[in-house]
Amino acid sequence: MSENKTAEKIFTRNFHLADSHTLVRYREHGGYAALPKALGMEPAAITEEIKKANLRGLGGAAFPTGVKWGFIPKGSTDPKYLVINADEGEPGTFKDRYLMERDPHAMVEGMVIAARAIGSHLGFVYIRGEYVKPWRIVDGAVTEAYGAGFLGKNIQGSGFDFDIVIHRGAGAYICGEETGLLSSLEGKKGWPKIKPPFPAVKGAFGHPTIVNNVETIMAVPQIINRGAEWFAGLGTKSQGGTRLYSVSGHVERPGVVEAPVSVTLRELIYEHCGGIRGGRTLKAVVPGGASAAILTPDEIDIQMDVEGPKSKGSMIGSAGIIVMDDTVSIPEALMIVARFYAHESCGQCTPCRESTGWIYKMSRRIVEGKGRKEDLDTILDVAKRGAGTTICAFYDGAVGPYISYIEKFRAEFEDLIRNAHA
Amino acid sequence: MTADARRPEFTAEQLAEVRRLQGLYPDKRGALLPVLHLAQDTFGYISLEVEEYVAQLFELYPAHVHEVVTFYTLFFQKPKGRHVVSVCHNLSCYLMNAKGIVQHLEERLGVAPGETTPDGRVTFLTVECLCACEQAPMMQVDDRYEGNLTPEKVDRILDGLP
Repeated sequence: MSENKTAEKIFTRNFHLADSHTLVRYREHGGYAALPKALGMEPAAITEEIKKANLRGLGGAAFPTGVKWGFIPKGSTDPKYLVINADEGEPGTFKDRYLMERDPHAMVEGMVIAARAIGSHLGFVYIRGEYVKPWRIVDGAVTEAYGAGFLGKNIQGSGFDFDIVIHRGAGAYICGEETGLLSSLEGKKGWPKIKPPFPAVKGAFGHPTIVNNVETIMAVPQIINRGAEWFAGLGTKSQGGTRLYSVSGHVERPGVVEAPVSVTLRELIYEHCGGIRGGRTLKAVVPGGASAAILTPDEIDIQMDVEGPKSKGSMIGSAGIIVMDDTVSIPEALMIVARFYAHESCGQCTPCRESTGWIYKMSRRIVEGKGRKEDLDTILDVAKRGAGTTICAFYDGAVGPYISYIEKFRAEFEDLIRNAHA
Repeated sequence: MTADARRPEFTAEQLAEVRRLQGLYPDKRGALLPVLHLAQDTFGYISLEVEEYVAQLFELYPAHVHEVVTFYTLFFQKPKGRHVVSVCHNLSCYLMNAKGIVQHLEERLGVAPGETTPDGRVTFLTVECLCACEQAPMMQVDDRYEGNLTPEKVDRILDGLP
């Protein structure tokens, strides 16, 4: 990899600037230059450019963004909506908070361009309720953008109208799931909906809707400015560009790292984040948010694009990397994530509602020294049977840690259970 | 706070804000969460009476509002303290000793997670990931995130609350 390519910054390029969240600073550094260009393009040409850039959704599902935009029914006169998923909630992930606090105008500009591509005149930003500071900053940016004619009627004299409504969530992990988010946006509890119909055909308020993650939409102005080839060339065959990795846990320097998606997990831990704290040894690492299967130290020489973690039976997810050193009890870590899934299951589908609750209880009793010999196989059996049987991907996400923590660190669980009966 | 959650009524100005919010969505029901936030800010918490009042504003059954209120963690169905302290106990914070922070708060406040101090000053909660894992262990104090916590830092933050 050339030095240049490693140094390329798309998402964090303005982070070092004082008041980087303001319109004046954004414009001084090339902001809103992509917008007139996009407004002069045919909508289909914008979508084509995003497809060629090989931009994949950066919220977790990694679906090709341009392909998703292309699912909006052609020639439909229905109103269409653009919804930004700023309901960041995947444990171990915090990049969207950085992006909204430090470069909110990139999101606004990306939204107007995307809206033009899909023919939408109304967009929503769904921000998790706990994110009060990001909400205020995004709200300020939207107000500034209206004042400068980048939002509202006849944007920059183009004849194109687009409004943004900022919508605050109220605390529910499931609302990060795109159809749960849409239910919540409609004023309901955040229950996911059966697909098909997909949101692009029947989404918010029954109309065609595109849901994109914050980071994904922020890549759009840069792709329009600098071209699809440039963006695609920064990445790998499976995915273009750079992305933000949220790194937490037992590293010397936790934080947000921007790197091309060809970066390896080893490089992220040992080079970008200074290695394991206090010179200790790596025991395990979660590569893509809590819902990704856990990896062992011999599994970290993988590129952190869509394919790398998949090759080890895990997933890139939201690129939230949680690093665990040799002091960590894996059964206790499983109990922590099992508690999370039990708490956040929306309760709609029986396999998820029941399994998350019972698996939490079993994982807790193992940690508390009351585990039974059959518990591990029961958890694995319940996890495997339930996968793929529910309306949304929440339970499949829970199954990733249940199975991988136990299968990769089984001896540790067995020790606890054996001692319980000693 | 003068508004009474037992006899909720928005001011004329707030009612205008409700109508403005309802007008932002293709269907006015979309404004239910924003209006519930407004109601909680005004009345302190979402009592059954507040649910009934809000239901009227949306022409919904109170049961529909109730199922929404009970689904989300940020809506309080009981009076809360003047401050809400929410400690993250998810994976990254757990790895950085969130347990010690929770224990310290239990001792310092004399209440368990989910409870409010007898003087009504602090409601203490443990919560799932607030997505500030780079500053683990962390907590939310009202609108603010506070990270890289130690017991000493927690004490300073609590001492500084009005």
